[in-house]
Order: sequence, then structure tokens, then C-alpha cells
Amino acid sequence: MATYSTNEFRAGLKVILDSDPFAIIENEFVKPGKGQAFSRVKLRNLKTGRVVDRTFKSGESVEAADVVEVQMQYLYSDGEFWHFMKPDTFEQYGADAAAVGDGAKWLKEQDLCTLTLWNDVPLIVTPPNFVVLRVTETDPGVRGDTSGGGGKPATLETGAVVRVPLFIDIGERIRVDTRTGEYAARAKE
Amino acid sequence: MSGAGPPPRGEDAGGSWRPSASWDVLRLRAALLARIRSWFAARGLLEVETPVLSAAGTTDPQIESFTTRYCGPGAPYGRTAYLHTSPEFPMKRLLAAGSGSIYQICRVFRQGEAGAHHNPEFTLVEWYCIGADHHTLMDEVQGLIAEVLAGSRSLGEPERLSYRTAFERHVGVDPHGANPAQLRTCAARHGLETGAGLGDRDADPWRDLLLSHLVVPHLGRGRLSLLYDYPASQASLARVRPGDPPVAERFEVFLDGMELANGFHELADAGEQHRRFERDRHRRRAAGQPSVAPDERLLAALAAGLPDCAGVALGFDRLVMAACGARRLEEVLAFPFERA
Repeated sequence: MATYSTNEFRAGLKVILDSDPFAIIENEFVKPGKGQAFSRVKLRNLKTGRVVDRTFKSGESVEAADVVEVQMQYLYSDGEFWHFMKPDTFEQYGADAAAVGDGAKWLKEQDLCTLTLWNDVPLIVTPPNFVVLRVTETDPGVRGDTSGGGGKPATLETGAVVRVPLFIDIGERIRVDTRTGEYAARAKE
Repeated sequence: MSGAGPPPRGEDAGGSWRPSASWDVLRLRAALLARIRSWFAARGLLEVETPVLSAAGTTDPQIESFTTRYCGPGAPYGRTAYLHTSPEFPMKRLLAAGSGSIYQICRVFRQGEAGAHHNPEFTLVEWYCIGADHHTLMDEVQGLIAEVLAGSRSLGEPERLSYRTAFERHVGVDPHGANPAQLRTCAARHGLETGAGLGDRDADPWRDLLLSHLVVPHLGRGRLSLLYDYPASQASLARVRPGDPPVAERFEVFLDGMELANGFHELADAGEQHRRFERDRHRRRAAGQPSVAPDERLLAALAAGLPDCAGVALGFDRLVMAACGARRLEEVLAFPFERA
């Protein structure tokens, strides 16, 4: 069993606590001048996203989590699983709804996503920061209005709904920031 | 040397050759050092210098020394030398030899300590007042800090509270009476989650946990907080006053939720000092820590007679942080360890 001592703690390190995988966000060294040294750590539970604080005695060891991040191409969804493929080995992975989460609405076939694997099982699916998607439904475009003020809802080919400027029409392709869910620009053809 | 050396290797792309502190702060450092020296001069204290490199180290299990080796005349096969973690032992030898009240400003070194408030080497202001007990010395420390911070910020009247009162007020537990299980329960009640490493035999790691995580953040808010009368098990080099419970005549000073100073009504009993060294050494063995030989010259000085005195070590870098509102040590050091 691989372990990390508190001296190895740094942001990004993946460890197991209470049988769940966590990523260290922050590690603070705390020590009364004449007393016990501690590592006061902020960690994110990679399954639930919950952030917790935990304090370890300096020198204590924690089990390492076999967590890696891999780029994979999104293939399709069968309703229960979202299927991805490693482009170099053609190995396929199925991610469940918990792993895909809200990101499902940004997934378009062939887009490259980041999969966080724990013991080789998809734990988190992170869509690309920007995706280009076709508008399938919105109010008719207002020609010449490039002010961007106000805006209107538009449904995209994946089912996602975003606010777009008034001049956007059905059939146009737009660039969306998946981290904020906001319209970024018209996509160039 | 001119610029004929090898080309840059790209390791310093982040500009880490530059100081991490601003020039304003570095000038403030110099000004505060000068102010401290004149404060001591006005009181007639003698400034002394003692070896940074010593034959003996500290046996304190909570403090690790850096060691190095001396080889040369007098030591053909080399011998271990310790970088001092505090100038306390040689300064007590000076006191025993008749120096009168003294102070020193020096760099000290502590293995394994690095963080927002820790750097493996830092500057201590250490001083000893003949005839003082820890309460008298607390008055002096308040005076010095007020003098040093005058012009940078104004503080309210200092608060002085016992270790017990601070625990009762901020975490609702009697730190002397509670056993490890009760202290653990107290930590959990306040939402502190811990690893398994703190153990269940010794109360002190739990006291340190509660103090550093739950008590200290409330201390030194807009004024100095001085904590005194520590558990006897944390006496370090302080006298223990008999009573129920017995307490160590030790104090610490806090500002902005940060420890600034630690002082003792100094233990002068050579026999008791020897027993504490042996107990430390036993703990070190049990914990698999490096063995450190006790300082026999300190024991000899105590046997010869240490005048009744109180002593305190003040972290100068943290004092500069308090003066300029810095949040991390590197803001007040020209070159912190990562750039050293």
C-alpha cells in the first residue's frame, strides 16, 4: 500500500480517507513553538465534491489514492452509461451518471474530455472548457442587433439551455464556456 | 566575476533570485532592529553573542536541530556540531558567570519547520532579566512590543489570561483536568477532524491541537494576549509551581492569532534540569528520533548557580509581520528558505 507522509503533502495530491478518494487543496503547517507540529489540510472528496478540513500530526502517513487524469474522446450514451475512448489505445470506459453529473449537457460525440479515474474506474468527467454546439431552438434572430444586451434563452443540440445575444439564430453554432455555462462567441464556420 | 559564466539554466524563470520582501518592508526590518537595540540600551542590558554552532543541541522532542560536522584541528576524525535552535543554554552560562541582564538578537535554526509562519531559520530576540519572574517579564515584553510597533499600529490594552482560562473561554474544557479522550471529544465537538496519529495516551498533543486550532485564532485581536501558567508537562525550561494542579511558570505572547514570544521563569535547579534532559532523551528514543547529548556545560553552570531570572524569546520576523500586516513570513524576509 503506497502512502504519503505529511512532508509530501501538497495541493493536488490524491489520498484515501475513510475509504473515499480525496484531493488535497491546501496544506498548512501549524506548530506551537514548543509543541506538536501539525499539517492542517483542506481536501476535496472526489466522489461528492464536498470539501473537508482534517488535521494530521506531522510525520503521520496517509494512504495514496490511485487517481489519474486521462484525456478521452466521448463516444455515445446508452442512457445508463456515457462511453469514452482513450485515443491512443482505443480502450473504452463507461462513466455513470454520478461521474458525469451536470457535465452531461455539454457532451458532444468526439469531443475530448478529461476523465478522472480511481482504480481505473471513471470518477469524474470534466468536459472541455469550451464546446461548440448548434442552436436547435430559440426566438428568431434580431438582425443588426449586436449590442448583446438582454439576450434570450437558446436550446443547444445536446439539450443544454444558455442565454445568447438576440442576433443568434436557429442552426448557428456557438462557443460556450462549460465552467460558467455562458455563451462566449459565435463559432467560426 | 563578470558575465563569462555558464548561461542561465532556466531554473530561475520565476525570478527567485530576487528578494521576496519589498524594500519598504526590508527598511522597516532594519528600523525595528535599531529600535529594539536602543530600547535595550536605554535599560542598560548588555548585548551578547554566543555560538551558533555548538557541541550540544536541544533534547526537546518537539524541536529538531540541524547538525553538521566539524573536521580539522582538534577533531581529526570529525565531530558533530549543532546549529543552535535558540541561544538559551550559552546565555544561561553567561548569567551564571555573572553577566547581569543580557539580550541577544540572532538567527536560529529549526529542522522541519516551514510554512506561512515558519522558516527553517529565523531571527530571535532573546533576553534575560535578573530578579524577574514571568509576570514581571511579561510587563517588559509588553513594553518592548508597544515601543517597536509604535508608529506602525496602535493596540488596545493587553489581555493577560491563564492557559486554563483561555481554554475554558474558547473551547469550554479544563486543559489540566481533561484526559486525552475528553480532549478528543472536545475537538470533535468543535468540528475538528483528525488523523489517527495523535494517539490516546498523552494529553499534550491534544492540548496543542486545541490551542493552535481553536484558542490561538481568538488571541491577539487588536491587542496583545499573554497566556501564562502552562501544564507542568509543557514546562520545557520553566520552573514548575507546586499546587493543584502544579503549573509551569511559562508564558506566551500572541498578536493577530500568531505566537510572538515564549518566556519562562527560568528553572535554576541543576538536578531537575538533568532529570528533564533524561526524560526528553527517553521520549526521543521511544519515538525513534535522533539522540541528542545533554548540554553538560549548562548543567555545570546551573550547579554553579543561576541567578533568579526570567527569560523570553521573541520571534522578530513575526513581529515585523505584525508591524506591516503581512500574512506570510516570506513577505518580511529578503530570502526565505525556498530562495535561500
